Amino acid sequence: MHIVQMRGIVKRFGDLIANDHVDFELESGEIHALLGENGAGKTTLMRILYGLYHADEGNILVNDQPVAIHTPKDAIAAGIGMVTQHFTLVPTLTVAENLALGEKGSLTLDIKQVERSVAEASKRFGIPVKPDVLVRHLSVGERQRVEILKALYRNAQVLILDEPTAVLVPQEVDVLFEALKRLQYSGLSVIFISHKLHEVMDLCNRITVLRDGKAVGTVHKNDTSTKQLATMMVGRESFGVTRQEQRVQGEVLVTIKNMCAEDKKGLPALRNINLEVHAGEILGIAGVSGNGQAELSAILCGMQKPSSGQIMVEGQDLTGAEADVICATGIGRIPEDRHANLVGELSVAENLVLDHLQDYVKNGILERNKIQQQAGKLIKDFQIKAKPRDRLRTLSGGNMQKVMLARTLSREPRVVIVSQPTRGLDVGATDYVRSQLLEQRKRGAAVLMISEDLDEIIALSDRIAVIYEGEIVGIIPNSEATPEKLGLMMSGSNIEKRKQEKKRVQV
Amino acid sequence: MSTPAVIFIVGFLAATLRVATPLIYGTLGELFCERAGILNLGIEGTMFLGAFVGFAVGYHSGSLWLGVAIAAVAGMVSGLLMSLLAVRFGVNQHVAGLGITMLWTGVSLFSFRLIFGESKVQPSVDPFPQISLFGDTPIIGTIFTQYLLTYIGILLVPLVWWIINRTRFGLQIRAVGENPEAADAAGLNVYAIRTYALMIGGALMAVGGAFLSLASVGAFTFGIVAGRGWVCIALIIFANWRAISVLWGALIFGGVQALQLRLQTLGLKLPYELFLSLPYLVTILALSIAGRNAAAPSALLKPYRRE
Amino acid sequence: MSKFRIERAPAPMWVRPLIPFIAIPVTFLLTSALVLAAGANPLEAYYHFLISPLSNSYSAIEVLVKSTPLLLTGAAVAFAFNAGYWNIGAEGQLYAGAIMATFIGITLNNVSPFVGIPAMIVGGFVAGMLWALVPALLKVKLNIDEVVTTLLLNSVVLFVTSFLLNGAWRDPISMWPQSPEIDPGTVFIKLIPRTRLHLGFLLALVVIVIEWFVLTRTSFGLKMRAIGYSREGARFAGIKVNRTMLTVALVSGGIAGLAGAGEVAGIHFHLIDALSDGLGYSGIVIATLGGLNPFGVGLAALFVGLIDTGAQSVSRALGVPVYLGDVVQSTLLLVTLSLFLLNNYRIRKVEA
Repeated sequence: MHIVQMRGIVKRFGDLIANDHVDFELESGEIHALLGENGAGKTTLMRILYGLYHADEGNILVNDQPVAIHTPKDAIAAGIGMVTQHFTLVPTLTVAENLALGEKGSLTLDIKQVERSVAEASKRFGIPVKPDVLVRHLSVGERQRVEILKALYRNAQVLILDEPTAVLVPQEVDVLFEALKRLQYSGLSVIFISHKLHEVMDLCNRITVLRDGKAVGTVHKNDTSTKQLATMMVGRESFGVTRQEQRVQGEVLVTIKNMCAEDKKGLPALRNINLEVHAGEILGIAGVSGNGQAELSAILCGMQKPSSGQIMVEGQDLTGAEADVICATGIGRIPEDRHANLVGELSVAENLVLDHLQDYVKNGILERNKIQQQAGKLIKDFQIKAKPRDRLRTLSGGNMQKVMLARTLSREPRVVIVSQPTRGLDVGATDYVRSQLLEQRKRGAAVLMISEDLDEIIALSDRIAVIYEGEIVGIIPNSEATPEKLGLMMSGSNIEKRKQEKKRVQV
Repeated sequence: MSTPAVIFIVGFLAATLRVATPLIYGTLGELFCERAGILNLGIEGTMFLGAFVGFAVGYHSGSLWLGVAIAAVAGMVSGLLMSLLAVRFGVNQHVAGLGITMLWTGVSLFSFRLIFGESKVQPSVDPFPQISLFGDTPIIGTIFTQYLLTYIGILLVPLVWWIINRTRFGLQIRAVGENPEAADAAGLNVYAIRTYALMIGGALMAVGGAFLSLASVGAFTFGIVAGRGWVCIALIIFANWRAISVLWGALIFGGVQALQLRLQTLGLKLPYELFLSLPYLVTILALSIAGRNAAAPSALLKPYRRE
Repeated sequence: MSKFRIERAPAPMWVRPLIPFIAIPVTFLLTSALVLAAGANPLEAYYHFLISPLSNSYSAIEVLVKSTPLLLTGAAVAFAFNAGYWNIGAEGQLYAGAIMATFIGITLNNVSPFVGIPAMIVGGFVAGMLWALVPALLKVKLNIDEVVTTLLLNSVVLFVTSFLLNGAWRDPISMWPQSPEIDPGTVFIKLIPRTRLHLGFLLALVVIVIEWFVLTRTSFGLKMRAIGYSREGARFAGIKVNRTMLTVALVSGGIAGLAGAGEVAGIHFHLIDALSDGLGYSGIVIATLGGLNPFGVGLAALFVGLIDTGAQSVSRALGVPVYLGDVVQSTLLLVTLSLFLLNNYRIRKVEA
């Protein structure tokens, strides 16, 4: 029996088609993976099912009955719950208050009574939470548990999980999977959004693959392999961009010594980072999301200050330097969030020169012709689909990233800091960006690349440093790197082992 | 203690309560708006509108309470307008709020001229009587001879605290003010909740204004609100967005003004403008020390829009 | 067959400048309810509002007189808003400029206009900057919301004015709360004899042109616009956000201060309590109507000046209360604000 059917779903964002006549069916009591690359349209499809987006075309059936889902309220009423990537909890409220939020009921709120029933539900579903704690005091993993319990507490028959493992360490992933299998056994149907093949093969019964907004196909786990899934996801056997063999390393251009930093909440995010990047190499930083990569990137881009340690770039001490100082040194920076780090309302041409305006100014007055010429040139060189006068915000993600690349790389920086270079890009743009990064390496630049995409790390990096809970747990040359070995390091297993050994020695 | 001193202090305390009353209403009204995530700079104009509507209705119907009631309705309309602009359309809240203040100021003055003409004699009503809670008991009796609206205003403080912290609606207000995405995902109608909050807030602001025309003054003058709305904006920050602290803040700010009035009547030559400036300066100082975002609702000033 | 569909996507560039022109008829439609309530014919009322002030040269010049401070407060607000600095304090900065100008005007004695007039201009500008300084520093150093601080200081400056007028500067002869007259050498010269149009108008036009040039042609202007659109994006691109914003805030205050100096030196010749009565707030209306573009601001200021003058002629001719002007002005603001949302939509032809 199908508990959910989505038929011919179309969703457009301006010129972009995020979902192109997608059909999707969920059987009762199964765990069904929605697999695809970033930007394939998985989240969009599920946000439509949960009433956060409105489909331009198509319809939805729940238990074979057509339903109109305009808001999450409708979805909840239809027995659908969703845990989105950005958690939708109110940090200043307690766990119990968060769970009571959508509830109808008496005018007054007997919070003690809610706490009791939350505790009861927590026991019944086997998801441990403390009802009376403020959500802002919880860890990410705990918050995810609250999110799942919230959906179940509202009698969800269908649970949508959007990339739930991205924020979890491997042990937590195991616990989550166990809980999900238990819930499946008791009758829950689960939609599991992911781009990680092994997870999908681990957990799910059936897998629907999305690519470029279209459903490529649905397969049963027993009838497929990770290799087949990968082919379905990317539409070809392997990436078109490969690194040439090892080159002789040049001098050290970037030295990071004993660097520590805190996150926005003031908790330690980076612990004693020591790294060196040589001319003519790409140093890849691999790791599960949320292990300090954001802070590392922000510090190297001058957007955050480290709490201790030292950063030397080409013999210059840049510890704690502001963005304008970093910018003046000519270090190339390609950050993770291009929307926040470009200016959407300015034109493409203005964005292309904004970080080195001094070259386009005479006596404080803009040399507008020179700016337009430069823009025309870069648009051609970097194959940006835009005109110089277009507002930047009208560009697609891939073209925005090309603007960022063009602005940064046209200055031929000796040092390049780049974070999640291809996140959310289509295959063509991905290949282009990767080849440009390899181009920098060939030119003799020192490239520090942070990426959560293991394939990307392995394809591009000469050396790979693995970050786990803010620590570099190991640096290995590409020749020794396999996905399995890196996966083990990323899960912190060797550091956990070391800790246990230390304990044993102390005992 | 000598008798004149006692009389002075008693009079001062009684005046403090009177001066604080419109501030309590206005600030509680603003509290609803801001806890739901909307900075309503329409407060000054909404209080002015309340003062005018309350007076006009009271004058023509002969029922002051009807005036208060209709003023509250006018305040709700004002909240609805703010909701249309800031919640539905999601326009800049600063500019929308100031625009509403200018609109209601203009509309009130226009209507006042239309209804009452340009007569030389200021139209007036017999204001609300003051009610003595403790009869002729010395000191306490004098202090607690106040307008019913003052007593209601003071009782509103714990009531508002209770609504915000102990009811489902209050929980919803806090949720949409802190994280509207979360509230939406929980199945709440963010627009509706913010609209209700703005309407309740508008009603309270307008009653604060009506208190000025129907109780304090007994007439509608062009300078009747005179920046009290802005004082309320300051008070919210001073009270750290907490209902109970609003009362203390209003009493302190009211006290400063009452003291200045008292001292003036004693014939003391004081730069009373300094006293009047104090609430503003103290707020700016408090802001500088506490820093912004001390307890401000996280979604304040951020319009919510679903894709 | 093709159908049309409305979707959420940036509208074409030419939509934005059209919006104020759509807003004007909508506003008049909305406000005609009040005209009808006053027992007048809306068409007749709007004739007096918009046409009759321009029908003779005296009142047409009066429109320019009314526009003079509005050009400056509008320019002041637009300048700050362009950099994302929400200066609500033009009203206060205007008074600060007026107080300083009055001080200079009553302190100097028998001064040459070549000294007196520049002194008034510089004094007004500097005082406006000073009054804008504290909120700007709090914003830059402690990240304290400038809206609240600039707004609160508007009230404070009124008390300062009242303190001066009831104390040190009270007119010694009439005992009215108004300052003594300023020295004739500090009075702004008339642009047209026997009218009230003074040097301030020219000054305002110059300010508008300079502001346009700075915003669109200089690297400072590009930097401040980048900050206004995206503070993080600007910071990432190496722009010194705090320093730029501080400069913008002070210049904005200075321009508003000029408006105050102009009112004292060109119109009133002494300081009075009701010198402004909302000119600073009107600056916010004008900046918004003008789409934060200096030339748009210029047109908007002239239009609001026309409304202000027109309101008086409606009042005289038809007995409609003069406050209709305030209602029209604020309605226009709210309608324009709402209509700017059209920017976020476009109509697309879809083949069915």
